[in-house]
Amino acid sequence: MDSDDYLLRVDALSAGYVRPVVGPVSFSVRLGDIVGIRGPNGSGKSTLLNAITGGSRIFSGRVIKRPGARVSHQQQSTLPLDSVPLSGRELLGLTGATEESLPAWIKPHVRRRLDRLSGGQLQLLYVWACLKAPVDLILLDEPTNNVDPPGIEHLAEELLRMRASHAVLVISHEHRFLEQVCTRMVDLPQ
Amino acid sequence: MNVDALLDPLFRLPFVTGLVFALVLPVLGMYLRLREEWLAALAFAQVAAAGSLASSILGLPPQAGALACAGGAAALKGWIARAGNNGYALLMIVGWAAAILMLANVPIAEHLGHALFDGQLYFTGTGHLAVAALFLAVTATLLPWLSQRLLLERMFPDFFRASGLSALRYHLIFDLLIAAGLALATSSIGVMAAFGLVFVPSMIAYRVAPNWKGSVAISAASSLGAYIVAFAAALLLDQPFGPVLAITLAALAACGWLVLAALHRQAPHGLTARS
Repeated sequence: MDSDDYLLRVDALSAGYVRPVVGPVSFSVRLGDIVGIRGPNGSGKSTLLNAITGGSRIFSGRVIKRPGARVSHQQQSTLPLDSVPLSGRELLGLTGATEESLPAWIKPHVRRRLDRLSGGQLQLLYVWACLKAPVDLILLDEPTNNVDPPGIEHLAEELLRMRASHAVLVISHEHRFLEQVCTRMVDLPQ
Repeated sequence: MNVDALLDPLFRLPFVTGLVFALVLPVLGMYLRLREEWLAALAFAQVAAAGSLASSILGLPPQAGALACAGGAAALKGWIARAGNNGYALLMIVGWAAAILMLANVPIAEHLGHALFDGQLYFTGTGHLAVAALFLAVTATLLPWLSQRLLLERMFPDFFRASGLSALRYHLIFDLLIAAGLALATSSIGVMAAFGLVFVPSMIAYRVAPNWKGSVAISAASSLGAYIVAFAAALLLDQPFGPVLAITLAALAACGWLVLAALHRQAPHGLTARS
């Protein structure tokens, strides 16, 4: 197996913060893959994504990214943004994302401040900022949180459209969404 | 009232020097507030004041000491920041205590000390204006490049690290910029005036602006307005500039709150956070 074929290889990874909370787990991701991460609460799904970005401690095993691979990471926990006077359009612009494929019902709101948006609108903008950034590998952690069914459907369609030119690792409790978009699954035990 | 003082050419140079800081500091304050580090500004200003006094006692240019001490504090910021606001508060206390002890024990520091703590802008000379202009040029060059990176790192803390990049250099450059700005401003307009220009206009802009670009413009505009009013008022009433500027900024903030409260009563749903 030539590692050059892969955007990401995770080999016998055990990761956590004070102590390991996930692993050992192994999988690989290449262009065109949409890999779903499944597991019960506390199984270390978010910790696994954090280990890939360097945000959690690797106790054993390794994470190998293709040299030069660009990665975006939509994190599950949002920041306390209530007072930062940033508009939705400015948020998208930070990552180099464009507005063109945003759901039509969000577009009129991109000029508004983030703290004047609904939770679902804010979540979709966050996801889009990561999804449409000029990156190769996209990590999505519960992207459907607070998003209504039409928004989830739009996100699924966009992920499938982008498949050819990107790789995606996605965590979600929405089983139907995962089954709709993922090319394969990685199951994490408790 | 001393109306003639307003037109006295003697005060033109101090006015322009202060105007530069009234333009730059509130813009830098926006990014300090973004990083939730406004207390660092007061700590840097106090340390710069102590450095300025120490420098003058040693017969060196006060601005050199202010820059060295505030720059040193910025370089140590990573270590200080681990203690959070406690670290900045301690730095502020130490800076204040050192300055007051020098004032109490070294007679030649007294004149400069009063200028630093009373905020006597009128004693600034061409040297102050020259470094203020240089600082304006450096900030105008660096900030457009830094802005997007600082905002990106704040809103998406993982973005650089996820791609194997480090945002440390952006933070370091900004830290040095803010330390230099506060050091130079402290030695020109005084400790609390410099801190006020960093703190108050950005606080108003955060509340009322429709977006980031607008907030930077509002922060700079409200600061310039307050500065011009305070400069004129201090001359007309023959009062020290620093306290007059501080009161003007506080009055501006109070007006902002009143306007926001009135608007909120009129349209409670349009101004509140997400539903």
